[in-house]
Amino acid sequence: MQHVSPIREPLVTGGKTYHDITEDVCRQVEAKPNARWAAALAVALVGLAIFLWSVYRTLWFGIGEWGLNKTVGWAWDITNFVWWVGIGHAGTLISAILLLFRQKWRTSINRAAEAMTIFAVICAAMFPVLHMGRPWLAYWVLPLPNTFGSLWVNFNSPLLWDVFAISTYFSVSLVFWYIGLIPDFATIRDRATGPIARRAYAFLSFGWTGSAKAWSRYETVSLILAGLATPLVLSVHTIVSMDFATSVIPGWHTTIFPPYFVAGAIFSGFAMVLTLMIITRKVFKLEDYITLEHVESMNKVIILTGSIVGVAYITEFFIAWYSGVEYEQYAFINRATGPYWWAYWAMMTCNVITPQLFWFRSIRRSLTATFIITIFVNIGMWFERFVIIVTSLHRDYLPSSWAMFSPTIVDIGVYVGTIGLFFTLFLLFAKFFPVVNMAEVKSILKSSSEVKHHPHGTMHGTDKDSHTNTHP
Amino acid sequence: MQDRIKYWKGIEELENTPGFAKNAHNEFPEFLPINEAKGDGESSGATAPRRDFLKLLGFGLAAATLASCEAPVRKAIPYLNKPVDVEPGVANWYASTYFNNGDFNSILVKSREGRPIKIEPNPSSSLTPMGTSSKAQASVLSLYDNNRLRTPLIKGKEAEWKKVDSEIRSALSRVSGKVAFVSSTVISPSTKQLINEFGAKTGNFEHVTYDANSASALIGANGGVVPGYDFSKANIIVSIGADFLGTWVAPIPFAKQYIQNRKVSSDNRNMSRHYQFETIMSLTGANADVRVPIKPSEELAVVKAIYNGLSGQGSSAPATVDKKAIDAVIKDLRANNGRALVVSGSNDPAVQTLITAINKSIGAEGTTIDTAAPYFVKQGNDAQMLRLIEEMNNGSVGAVFFYSANPVYDHPLAERVASGLKRVALKVSFADRVDETAALVDYVTPDNHYLESWNDYEPKRGFLSLAQPVISPIFMTRQMQDSLLTWSGNNTNFYEYLRNNWRKSASGDFNAFWEKAVHDGVLENGTSMLALSTGAASTMTAADAAGRASKAVAGGKIEAVVYEKVAIGTGSEANNPWLQEMADPISKATWDNYVAMSQSMAKEMDIVQGNVIKVTYANGKTLELPALIQPGQAAGTVGIAMGYGREVESMPTAKGRGANAFPIATVADNTILFAGGVQLEKTGSTVEIAQMQTHHTIMDRLVVQENTLANYKKNPKEVTEYIRIATHEGPAKPAAISLWDDYEYKNHHWGMVVDLNSCIGCGACTISCQAENNIPVVGKQEVLNRREMHWMRIDRYYSAVEHEAKDYQTMENPADNPSVIFQPMMCQHCNHAPCETVCPVAATMHSSEGINQMAYNRCVGTRYCANNCPYKVRRFNWFAYSNNDKFDFNMNNDLGKMVLNPDVTVRSRGVMEKCSFCVQRVQLGKLEAKRENRRPVDGEIVSACAQSCPTDAIIFGDMLDPESRISKTLAREKGERAFHVLEELNVQPNVTYLTKIRNLA
Repeated sequence: MQHVSPIREPLVTGGKTYHDITEDVCRQVEAKPNARWAAALAVALVGLAIFLWSVYRTLWFGIGEWGLNKTVGWAWDITNFVWWVGIGHAGTLISAILLLFRQKWRTSINRAAEAMTIFAVICAAMFPVLHMGRPWLAYWVLPLPNTFGSLWVNFNSPLLWDVFAISTYFSVSLVFWYIGLIPDFATIRDRATGPIARRAYAFLSFGWTGSAKAWSRYETVSLILAGLATPLVLSVHTIVSMDFATSVIPGWHTTIFPPYFVAGAIFSGFAMVLTLMIITRKVFKLEDYITLEHVESMNKVIILTGSIVGVAYITEFFIAWYSGVEYEQYAFINRATGPYWWAYWAMMTCNVITPQLFWFRSIRRSLTATFIITIFVNIGMWFERFVIIVTSLHRDYLPSSWAMFSPTIVDIGVYVGTIGLFFTLFLLFAKFFPVVNMAEVKSILKSSSEVKHHPHGTMHGTDKDSHTNTHP
Repeated sequence: MQDRIKYWKGIEELENTPGFAKNAHNEFPEFLPINEAKGDGESSGATAPRRDFLKLLGFGLAAATLASCEAPVRKAIPYLNKPVDVEPGVANWYASTYFNNGDFNSILVKSREGRPIKIEPNPSSSLTPMGTSSKAQASVLSLYDNNRLRTPLIKGKEAEWKKVDSEIRSALSRVSGKVAFVSSTVISPSTKQLINEFGAKTGNFEHVTYDANSASALIGANGGVVPGYDFSKANIIVSIGADFLGTWVAPIPFAKQYIQNRKVSSDNRNMSRHYQFETIMSLTGANADVRVPIKPSEELAVVKAIYNGLSGQGSSAPATVDKKAIDAVIKDLRANNGRALVVSGSNDPAVQTLITAINKSIGAEGTTIDTAAPYFVKQGNDAQMLRLIEEMNNGSVGAVFFYSANPVYDHPLAERVASGLKRVALKVSFADRVDETAALVDYVTPDNHYLESWNDYEPKRGFLSLAQPVISPIFMTRQMQDSLLTWSGNNTNFYEYLRNNWRKSASGDFNAFWEKAVHDGVLENGTSMLALSTGAASTMTAADAAGRASKAVAGGKIEAVVYEKVAIGTGSEANNPWLQEMADPISKATWDNYVAMSQSMAKEMDIVQGNVIKVTYANGKTLELPALIQPGQAAGTVGIAMGYGREVESMPTAKGRGANAFPIATVADNTILFAGGVQLEKTGSTVEIAQMQTHHTIMDRLVVQENTLANYKKNPKEVTEYIRIATHEGPAKPAAISLWDDYEYKNHHWGMVVDLNSCIGCGACTISCQAENNIPVVGKQEVLNRREMHWMRIDRYYSAVEHEAKDYQTMENPADNPSVIFQPMMCQHCNHAPCETVCPVAATMHSSEGINQMAYNRCVGTRYCANNCPYKVRRFNWFAYSNNDKFDFNMNNDLGKMVLNPDVTVRSRGVMEKCSFCVQRVQLGKLEAKRENRRPVDGEIVSACAQSCPTDAIIFGDMLDPESRISKTLAREKGERAFHVLEELNVQPNVTYLTKIRNLA
């Protein structure tokens, strides 16, 4: 039985009962894989194969397989790294910050968003390792006691801060995500019929009993982890931005980077969450849980962060002019009018102009338009990182060293490959893990006020008629 | 069956006590600590508990796995009998001489464990005491060329020397017709005498000398020799197409002279003024104060105009040539009588006759031309060679010997040479490989490499230089001179012959004299041993020459100049990968030649760089090369470098690189003009040219600084612009505003000063650095990918066309006839190094002596340091460059690896590298000093680049030593010409540059 507020639109539509929620969410875990899922997985596995091939080329022959050169020492590798880290941000933001702010609408999307964070950070973490000339020595960046004498890492290096930031972020996100999964695993365990499923989910649920004590601890841990994760949302991308901001390269050496990167990360993360959720709700028939309200709220965040990013772009130009630094001025003029002008304008179009369409309510609430614009934002944010990294490096101080960068097939393969890796993980997650947090969704179902129960089949979030207040 | 015999393992077994019987079957009866570890004291015999068993199993597995991972054993075998003079780890130095195609260098050869690995200048020589050419630097690698012949060849088949000798001797005995000995210029007095003696034995003999890049007209107009130019005495230098700093006659001695009165300081504010009239943008033209582009066909007219102007007949320059410049030349020459010099690179006898006349009229003889000491480095006589080719073709030549000559490749009439060779009975080549000529001869009797040979040289009258072998011949080769001695039935070897020849000039005890001469490498007491025939002298008079018309360029209306590149030269060492990958000083192109054309011509013909052009030259023959847009190239002309287009298998490095331009040269009236009329046509295809620098203007940045001599004379303190940072207390030096603590240097503080006014941009330092620091060659594709490994580069900037401030688009376009500035760029060893802070593993850090160091084996290869380097001097090992078939250069074969410097690590794949200030030399110098219980003396520790610079543009030293040259220079130039590149970044480099001064007319 669901109750609908006379004032607020319901968070879960469709007149669901607790049991409906369990059924709806467990359905795809328990049912046989459907054809669409299998087809999607096949495509993702092709992507994964491309990834493995590209990684083989990179590791076996050397970084020279990529298009980098003496002037442009980072390009697609770090672009992809920052892009993936940025995408990861939405998950943490939704689960942690919105939890702290008691935003209940988050409950039906936080699971998938957190999963996306984990997988995005896995994809992101590939690049700092792969981009090394000698990745087999990657563990040297960890401050491990060693037998190399008194060798220690360089705590001045932003790359080292990155190591700490990313590893902390990954661990906290993983634990947060997993704690949330435990009650739901227990639900699936209790419903499981097959011996393998029962054992597997029994193992995964860590012997969850559902006692009041367990729930109390669960809530406490969630809150603590949310508290821990919240600063990470700000710190991770701040630190990633310092890879650039602490350097001396014009276009990188910019104090605006930390807030600008954080806004950009949330921007791209929300776009990616939306892209994925629009597909997931359709494929798994979760329209009642992930409603247009969700889409609209997230679109509002996108327009906010997109505008922050836009202001940041313009501020950079202003500061370049205001500083009077010749090199800085050239770096920005070159971005907009130099050989990589198309990347700059692709970024501007995708990140600054297209999200402004969300000022229109009809576009904000249109799934098709949202899907297209979020794809634009994903592309735009990739170009943003490309513009920052490549156009700053390729023409820095001494004109004698100016050079162009063009990617090789291996560059492209690694990038496309991580998308394959991401979707492989995400599809496996969607099939075997509950994609919506049943326990938390049930909690918001209960908190609805006593209003008329709507019969199945006529419920639509946008349908004004469905909000007529009548008693059962 | 035989009864079994029982052996006891010990007395215990015989006695078989109960104690023994108890433990008899336990391999480890009591010593294993595993039982104690159980802690129950009550050992249950030998049965190990399950945990211990697993522990042991795990250990055993791990141990076995680790043992199987052991690195392959490489044996280092010590000397059984240590050779005299060879101390492992200690270098030996031997004086020797490099000479090739006019490029003369008195050198010291560094030898480690018997392997020559590095060439350095011989400071005892007065001709080349400071630096060497890039070719001399690279010549040590040619020694280890895997494609050199290992045995003599008879008709292409490997043979024994004995058989070769007997066959050649018998063939010589029955030879009918002339015996010709064809060589490039021979400046060895003993060799020349030996050749003459060999000729005397054979009877009808002629020694034909020709140079691939001939100076025949020059020596013809000067009595058979190159005049004894001394650029150091000239206030006014006028060059008409002579690239005397790069390729013309004797560039290294000339560069040294040239720079002597171009070094300025506030105490000496005078420098020479240099005018250059030329077609291509040459290295010399790039250094000129006034440069005027002219067509080759205008050379005579320009020389005539100067000649007439000086003789008061009024100048009449061609309309296309800047008349103001010619008037200025005439005015300056008149005003500097006895202190001026005019030279020309033309091979037109009329031009050279007039040049000689001009030099007479401006009082150059006896002042800027040392008439008593002419140069011998070019003796080639075009007419003689052309005559020989005809004689070969009409069958009157019976035998021909080719010594350091390859006319089937490098003569314009190569086809006639090849056809003529078919009619010669006995053909012998001394080439070190099967080159184009050697492929057509019967016998190839490979000569030793010069580092395997004894020889003497006289590049200039009265300046003798010796060469001694520094390694015994690697292959079954034999020095040409020994071959000649053998074939003429002389039983002495060339060493004895040389010694005997030198006895003539010895005074006192010959052995002591000889020892000293070999030790010093030079003998400059005025003794001259080289006798030249004066047959090459021309009889043309100045009046006659002035009346002549220019040798019109026939064919199309576009004039092509066939010029020599600084690195590849005439192509004799084209298989040397260091030279192939050396950036051309002007175009910065590597690995290929190209059609250099002016910007206007490219625009007119709608050509962009890389478009392949079909060049049709005399008789409708064609070649195809990509176009390179060359600012400064005279309008209506193109330049194509000689030395490329090799097709022989023995030159795999050079094979397929570019096209052969020699046939474009015009042969007329018994002379060879290195120019010809061509027609150009776009083919529609494109070939990328691998340039190490693709952006050519300075974009109005204060990276490299220059000013005029007039300003410098006025106030030396105002020629350099210093950046100041605005603060609330007013403008401040960038170094004054710092977040950093400064390093404290207690012992040494190494630094470098680069004088932009002295640097001529020749690039010898880059090859020296490559040789010293085991820098790999990466090949054309990787240069195209912008991944060359050179630790040191010469940045070359052209001045841009007139533009508004901030008009970035226009700024990128070089002017049509730009002024050029060179800036050697290497790691600046910043005291506040941006690279050091960003490395996560601290693989690059600062030494206590100011050197920014790389710990290769700590580097994980994040490349952040390279990104954060404002000078972009860091180089990354994108691939494994050694033992990798994809990079089949010297580091991929055992012979080529012998050139590696054992003091420098060969870097592995995935690590960063860069200029180390030759830290191995610094360490060696300090250790030597420490061993002798003293401080290092200034000048004792020199980086490779500084040591090989022919113009002394680089000073390396200890900035804490107040008496060092560098400290004195810095003290003197502070606030005047000394500046740091990108000072505003406050990275505080240890490399200081000195502003370039131009003596504009």
